Amino acid sequence: MRAQFVLSEIGVGLRRNLTMTFAVIVSVALSLGLFGASLLMSDQVDKMKGYWYDKVNVSIFFCNKNDAGSGTHCAKGAATEQQKNDIKAELNRLPLVQSVQYESSDAAYKHYKEQFGDTPVAGLVTPDQLPESFRVKLKDPTKFAVIKSAFSERPGVQEVQDQRGTVEPLFNLLDGMRIAALCVMMLMLVVALLLIVNTVRVSAFSRRRETGIMRLVGASSFYIQMPFIMEAAIAGLIGAVFACVLIVGGKYALINNWLAKKIQVVNFIGWDSVASVLPLVLLIGLLMPAIAAFFALRKYLKV
Amino acid sequence: MIRFDNVSKTYPKQNRPALRDVSLEIERGEFIFLVGSSGSGKSTFLRLLLREERASHGAVHVLGKDLAKLSNWKLPQMRRQVGTIFQDFRLLPNKTVGQNVAFALEVIGKPRGQIRKTVPEVLELVGLGGKEDRMPGELSGGEQQRVAIARAFVNRPMLLIADEPTGNLDPQTSVGIMKLLDRINRTGTTVVMATHDQQIVDQMRKRVMELEKGRLVRDQSRGVYGYQH
Repeated sequence: MRAQFVLSEIGVGLRRNLTMTFAVIVSVALSLGLFGASLLMSDQVDKMKGYWYDKVNVSIFFCNKNDAGSGTHCAKGAATEQQKNDIKAELNRLPLVQSVQYESSDAAYKHYKEQFGDTPVAGLVTPDQLPESFRVKLKDPTKFAVIKSAFSERPGVQEVQDQRGTVEPLFNLLDGMRIAALCVMMLMLVVALLLIVNTVRVSAFSRRRETGIMRLVGASSFYIQMPFIMEAAIAGLIGAVFACVLIVGGKYALINNWLAKKIQVVNFIGWDSVASVLPLVLLIGLLMPAIAAFFALRKYLKV
Repeated sequence: MIRFDNVSKTYPKQNRPALRDVSLEIERGEFIFLVGSSGSGKSTFLRLLLREERASHGAVHVLGKDLAKLSNWKLPQMRRQVGTIFQDFRLLPNKTVGQNVAFALEVIGKPRGQIRKTVPEVLELVGLGGKEDRMPGELSGGEQQRVAIARAFVNRPMLLIADEPTGNLDPQTSVGIMKLLDRINRTGTTVVMATHDQQIVDQMRKRVMELEKGRLVRDQSRGVYGYQH
């Protein structure tokens, strides 16, 4: 294999189809950019889930004395010490449970005060209106249903509440965005593949004299196909480099410069996540067009 | 060298076979004229030799190999031992004479030193010494065909297939080309040439095979063009 010969063939091919090559580069850049973005987005969601799920508990609220006669299963009034102790002992026996913390009405009132401060709403609440509770931390936060089904019907229990429910909609939104990005990426990928196939077809047609002679004098099919495949791979790689620039630029502009300054409570992905995505983007940018070209050649280039 | 055993070829979506039950044997070093009117199956015969097409029935042996059993990746190796020339020369117009010949060596991965040595030699052999840097467009038809012959012969093939090589040339130039092919034949290369040129066939008195509607109707050593007489 003479490298110089192949390289000059590739150069000629790329220049001959400049507009098509450009279209391939742009569509590969956009589709891979979106691909990288969606990967980073799922990274972000995982990171936030880890962060938030670590902080949220399952709360078992007990009946308050004010609930007496309210018609629910709290009709008997406040939960007894016996009931509370039974539940606590049972929770501690469950392998799923990491820790159980008791929160008295007074403590709940204090937290409430901290959260709402001296707003008018806070003034209306008294400690005895707030229920006592167990704050249960689970080893696996997704196993909430086990606790709920086990304790929500117990006498003295008012409600079993999963705090995860309050952050879930946010994650669903992010997941939805990620799926939307993946859909657009799929579409762009199909466009990119069709463009590559067409570019290869035009390229094979404009060089049919050369390839015909190559075939005749006994050039191997590898030698005949190589320039076309390399052409597609190089265009794809250039596209992938642009995609990397888009991803790095997007992360810098969107997260570092904007979101991180606006939202302090969220733990955003760092450059390490970005760095782990880039090689994948480059690899796909190199291989995907090459494979597409290979299959296109089987159709358009008789060997 | 070449053996056809009851070979038939029918192209897809066609009722009439292009070749019908052809059996023949060609020895090493022979010079064969393949004659017959247009559509008689000459081109199909040559395409089968190059395995551009596969036989529908029967077996084609070229250079001791059964082409039906030759795998696709071994095919290029086989084609390197077969030179081919055509009526329309098939040169690359944007490459010089020397580059056209060198192209055949480059694409099979020959080292550059060898190419630089071989190309002038073979151009000298076909009578184009010193015209290495000319463009094909600047040459006469006869000279262009000589370039094509140089390209076909540069690998010293065992078999040279010529599809009406004099079809575009005037009689005098044709004689020159035939002398060249004869010389190549004398080096031991088998030549199979399809032609319509009665004068040449009658003059050279080589083995003549005539095809008619896909059948081999005549196989005559030291033969003449024959039909239309």
